[in-house]
Amino acid sequence: MISLRHLTKTYGRGHAAVTVLDHLDFEVPTGRIAAVVGPSGAGKSTLAQCINLLERPTSGAVVVNGEELSGLPEKRLREARRRIGTVFQSSSLLSRRTAAENIALPLEYLGVTPGEARARVAELLDRVGLSDKAGHYPFQLSGGQAQRVGIARALALRPSILLADEATSGLDPDTTRSVVGLIRQLRNDLDLTVVFITHEMDTVRQVADTVARLDHGRIVEQGDLVELLTSHDSLLGRSLQPRRGHAGPEAGTRTWYVTYDSTDVPGDWIQRFTGDLGAVVHLLGASVETVHGVNTGSATLGIGADDDARVRGALARYGLSGTPDGGGGSQSHQLLTAAAVLEDVA
Amino acid sequence: MSALIFPRADVPLNDLPALLLPAYGETLTMVGIVMAVVLVIGAPLGVLLHNVAPGGLYERPALHAVLSWIISIGRSLPFLILMAAIVPFTRFITGTNIGIAAAVVPMSLAGIAFFTRIVENSLRSVPPSMVQVARAAGGSNLQIMRTAQFSEAVPAVIGGLTIQVIAMIEYSAIAGTIGAGGIGYVAVTYGYQRFDNTVMLATIVILVVTVALVQIVGDRLVRFTTPQKRLQRA
Ligand SMILES: Nc1ncnc2c1ncn2[C@@H]1O[C@H](COP(=O)(O)OP(=O)(O)OP(=O)(O)O)[C@@H](O)[C@H]1O
Ligand SMILES: [Mg+2]
Repeated sequence: MISLRHLTKTYGRGHAAVTVLDHLDFEVPTGRIAAVVGPSGAGKSTLAQCINLLERPTSGAVVVNGEELSGLPEKRLREARRRIGTVFQSSSLLSRRTAAENIALPLEYLGVTPGEARARVAELLDRVGLSDKAGHYPFQLSGGQAQRVGIARALALRPSILLADEATSGLDPDTTRSVVGLIRQLRNDLDLTVVFITHEMDTVRQVADTVARLDHGRIVEQGDLVELLTSHDSLLGRSLQPRRGHAGPEAGTRTWYVTYDSTDVPGDWIQRFTGDLGAVVHLLGASVETVHGVNTGSATLGIGADDDARVRGALARYGLSGTPDGGGGSQSHQLLTAAAVLEDVA
Repeated sequence: MSALIFPRADVPLNDLPALLLPAYGETLTMVGIVMAVVLVIGAPLGVLLHNVAPGGLYERPALHAVLSWIISIGRSLPFLILMAAIVPFTRFITGTNIGIAAAVVPMSLAGIAFFTRIVENSLRSVPPSMVQVARAAGGSNLQIMRTAQFSEAVPAVIGGLTIQVIAMIEYSAIAGTIGAGGIGYVAVTYGYQRFDNTVMLATIVILVVTVALVQIVGDRLVRFTTPQKRLQRA
């Protein structure tokens, strides 16, 4: 369990002082994966560095598993840090050490005997699926493999907390998926509390239990991932939705943007909705996925009906909500707004 | 020039080894002693300099500025001047101001200043994220300096060391002029002052071959300590 209370971090002094974290409150329950998103420069990395005390907070409390860390002297801090595993952005491996030697680093610092270290490293390599790469140097590893080594190293001292700052940045989507899968697996097996910092919304949907949005040094919005995804009046929820282009409407239809607004939208809703409405319905675009067992997503429909209230009502029956786009002008306006929201959060 | 046009009575070829080998031994001794001193003092000093700099593990900007200044002074004086300027200090340490012992003192001072910068520069080229990784892994400052800073910088330090050894061979030749002996002394007394072309040529060949060998060994070591270079050649 991680609990940050009134956490403030100011860099510099006097006129040059910049307050990056501003009385921030944040809590991650044991065994949960909390994603933290926010625009570049919002203070995400600073937040991570305050949790493992690589940076000392200016004021406020950092409580990890009941222990207040921010006031500890450096030596005690070093011990506390051993209970927090940190996964860095890619290319954080020591270049002159093999995968196994990199994983052994925290054990070496702790003074574990070489025999014990070897056994633990073998176990960790196995856990991250890289037993055959023990003797490989970082330059011989793919980005995904290097991240797995980084994760194994973070877990070397059996921490209860895992911090990941942009751990999947720069990885291709398939590799990201497998690294994220590994993190969820490890969380399940080891009951880890995970703070996962990223700017990739696709990754958030794959990894997170809860999502928090950091902006201007504070957590401005947070919630359960599924709840956010099914509540489209939330800025965070909307920015979590993938937005792709869609086909243009045909003559005689209007474009509607339809979102999954509940956790039990039936799979055959288009057919049923079309039947209920008794009007022509074109599918122009859709993005639907299952997140933690719940169908979420959105669809763009071309609907040949004029009565907005009736369309809304028919949609609501299946846990959907819809907004019509007047003409092409306002439609592109909506896309622009959506893009702006995305940019803001990414 | 005139020496080339009007050759004098040169040392016979047969006598060259007797003249050059002891001198070469003296050069190697001088450079060897100096390099040992330089490594022992310069390496920790370089690591210290890097870590008292802003952003280092023991941030002390004032101390960094002072150290950096002293080193810059040591680096900026031409070796001949430095050697002459510190004669009293040399005599205080060694009791003499001629010979190998006397040469080792100014050479070591110049060498330490040189090597400290090399180490500082090499450490600077290690990504700062490595230090963060090591701190997060629970390393003490000493452990971090050893495993995340110095160890990562080893190939760069060896590359710098190669340059340094070559510079020290050159300094030893300059020190030869204060009677420190060595190849440089022979080159100056026979080749320069007596226009002995044979000796001059021989010393040049010896120096060129030595420097080339040092460079080859240095390059090999750099390759050997860089996994990527070592393994990709095969
Ligand atoms: N050591 C430092 N000294 C001074 N200012 C800093 C320092 N570290 C970060 N900052 C400032 O703090 C702010 C937040 O930086 P931070 O790295 O936490 O952002 P971030 O949310 O991680 O951004 P990104 O998504 O680009 O990684 C930035 O304005 C940055 O300039
Ligand atoms: Mg960052």
